[in-house]
Amino acid sequence: MGQSLSVRNLEAWYGSNKTLHGINMEIAKNEVTAIIGPSGCGKSTFIRCINRMHDTLPGAKATGEILLDGANIYANDPVELRRTVGMVFQKPNPFPAMSIFDNVVAGLKLNGMRNKKKLKEAAEKSLNMAALWDEVKDRLGHSGMSLSGGQQQRLCIARALAVEPSVLLMDEPASALDPIATLRIEELVTQLKSSYTIVIVTHNMQQAARIADSTAFFLNGELVEHGATSDIFMTPRDKRTEDYITGRFG
Amino acid sequence: MNKQDKVRTRTAIGDLTLRLLTLGMALVVVGLMIWIGWQMYVSSQESIAKFGWSFLTNRVWDPVKENFGALPFIYGTLVSSLIALALAGPIGVGVAIFLNEMASRKVRSVISFLVELLAAIPSVVYGLWAIFILAPMLRNSVEPWLNKHLGFIPLFQGSPVGLGMLAGGLILAIMILPTIAAISREVMAAVPNTQREAALALGATKWEMIRIAVLAYSKSGILGGVMLGLGRALGETMAVTMVIGNRPDILPSLFAPAYSMAAVIANEFTEATYSLYLSSLVEIGLILFAITLVLNALARLLVWSVSRGPKGGQLV
Amino acid sequence: MKKHRRKYVNALMLALFSIATLIALVPLFGVLGYVFKNGVMDVNLKFFLDLPVPMGMTGGGMANAIVGTLILIAIASVLGIPIGILAAIYLTEYDRLSWFSTLIRFTTDVLTGIPSIIIGIVVYTAIVVKMKHFSAFSGGIALAIIMIPVVIRSTEEMLKLVPHTIREAGYALGIPRWRTIIQIVLPTAAKGIVTGSMLAVARVAGETAPLLFTALGNQYWAHNLNQPIAALPLSIYEYATSPYKQWHEQAWAGSLVLIFLVIILNATARLAFRTRNN
Repeated sequence: MGQSLSVRNLEAWYGSNKTLHGINMEIAKNEVTAIIGPSGCGKSTFIRCINRMHDTLPGAKATGEILLDGANIYANDPVELRRTVGMVFQKPNPFPAMSIFDNVVAGLKLNGMRNKKKLKEAAEKSLNMAALWDEVKDRLGHSGMSLSGGQQQRLCIARALAVEPSVLLMDEPASALDPIATLRIEELVTQLKSSYTIVIVTHNMQQAARIADSTAFFLNGELVEHGATSDIFMTPRDKRTEDYITGRFG
Repeated sequence: MNKQDKVRTRTAIGDLTLRLLTLGMALVVVGLMIWIGWQMYVSSQESIAKFGWSFLTNRVWDPVKENFGALPFIYGTLVSSLIALALAGPIGVGVAIFLNEMASRKVRSVISFLVELLAAIPSVVYGLWAIFILAPMLRNSVEPWLNKHLGFIPLFQGSPVGLGMLAGGLILAIMILPTIAAISREVMAAVPNTQREAALALGATKWEMIRIAVLAYSKSGILGGVMLGLGRALGETMAVTMVIGNRPDILPSLFAPAYSMAAVIANEFTEATYSLYLSSLVEIGLILFAITLVLNALARLLVWSVSRGPKGGQLV
Repeated sequence: MKKHRRKYVNALMLALFSIATLIALVPLFGVLGYVFKNGVMDVNLKFFLDLPVPMGMTGGGMANAIVGTLILIAIASVLGIPIGILAAIYLTEYDRLSWFSTLIRFTTDVLTGIPSIIIGIVVYTAIVVKMKHFSAFSGGIALAIIMIPVVIRSTEEMLKLVPHTIREAGYALGIPRWRTIIQIVLPTAAKGIVTGSMLAVARVAGETAPLLFTALGNQYWAHNLNQPIAALPLSIYEYATSPYKQWHEQAWAGSLVLIFLVIILNATARLAFRTRNN
């Protein structure tokens, strides 16, 4: 089951450069929340704060609170947090030295699971959820790099799902893919939301409109507006949101 | 402790261990450097105390009379290395230009592989080849020819011996050529293509383009490469020991036998029967260490400053 | 005419660079050709299986020197490669940009340029003198010191080629950083690291100077690592500078074997890496 997120006064910096200015936002569980906005608006930084990947960059820091089902993530261990909050990146990044199978179970294996039968079950389950099982079940031993771009990205999704997170963060997961592969990822996202809370960053507004239950618009490191996707696109309250979705800038 | 805490502790311990372990190994490098300098310094104390600065200017090396001076070795090392530099410098840079600016991809990969092989041949094999092939060739044809046509210069006077300063310089030239070629190519490859295009667009010929855009841009890096080559020549031991003649004299003729710092250490170290003798040999090593250290440090700074990226190269 | 002069100068300079390249290759083929011609007759089974015989007698081989070289290389690799790889991990994974890592890199580069005979002296004064005898062990240490900076810089280059997104993927799965480095980053760069290590091995396989006062050389088999041990480069040196014709022949044969070893190491390392990059 998914978990809800509650962001309180989140601020983030790269060195002396402040990229998020006090974000407050509620993210409902088992929904798809899309983050849209022009490049450099802080949307990537925002989701990288949710699993504290932001902290791993040199000179980067964040303050404020993010509550995951009520518990502040900044009070706990980031490594553990990342097993609960999975992430899929902009470009597919399977581990080049590992087979398809090893890629999927990497998170489990490297966190200590040795039981081969359990690993196999987990691999099949995750690949099924990522809608990749049928395409790769006969070549699990092949390198992950032998797959097409779209398949690699679904492999990365399977890899993230295998550690059984409750939240899945997706940072423009389809931006490096062709339209057909994009469509498959979008279908997958809508299927997955019954079990996960999904936060997806996208620069593609049609994509947000197609798959997201709620949409948040970021501009210059601020959350301008957050609401039901239909409201954001049909009846935006803020002039800046309207300008953006009607294509007047960005 | 519950399971979660255990996992957390294990992660923390693992992270700390790897960080400290790798840091420790990185420090090994600095430690080695200091250790090398310190060992050399301590072990040469006896000689330093006895001879002081005169060690550097004394021309006599006489283990029987316990009189030690490093000058013949310093002279031999410098002259043989300068011969090497005079030959390998231009040729090495020429190779680099050919590879980087003229050769097709295929030719380039074949020839750079061959030049790398030249660097891979062990020093002792060069020495063997020089004793039996290069030195007889020098004695029988090159030196007589030089003597006949350039004999009015003291450098080319005297009877052709084969094993001597010239042979040492030549074999060093062969050995440092790959270093000079490789580093020069590396810094030339760092010249942005826009520079070349700009020169060509001004109507420059290929050579003019190389001169204005490539060489002007990379000259300090090339100088660094040449200095690294020089550093290698100064410290090269086996091949030189085998052909330089091993006589601690300072003679004007390049045909005559000479001696180098590394060679005297290689030859006499295990035969040094008393501590002052050994200490004097170590002091020669210390001098060699100091020279190559400074030279390498300067050369690396030059190469780094170029290949780390453009900082507004100017047209000369 | 000025225009013509520019053309001629251009042609002349380009010709000079081509000639320089040809000149550079002459000694390569000279050395390889003579070593092959003079050595090939004496490289036979006996050469690999027999001990050297006293001068004046015919026959004999370099079995002890060949094995000795392999042992020395093994000691040097066991010590030098892990240290080099771990130091490189520090420089790429923990500290890429600070003045401290710059200092380490700089020292590494400078250490590469320190003459190998100096390493021999230092290992002699610090280890051989203390242990009161020459040994295979001290020879291996001397070679390891020469290997370390080479391994560090090549491994560092290889680890830098691993995209940051690979590390992020590891962190994002909740894999601890140290495990990400060891089980994801290192295997990704493994081929390159092996290549670099092989080149470092090739470089020390032919080293003679640092062994002169450490491994010393040995006419017989060394029975343990605390004894002086024979090495191919040492035997070549000794034989080449001896006055005996038979020993000269052995030196050529030894050189052929040594060059073969070094070139095989070099070529496989480079070709393996090249196929990966294509």
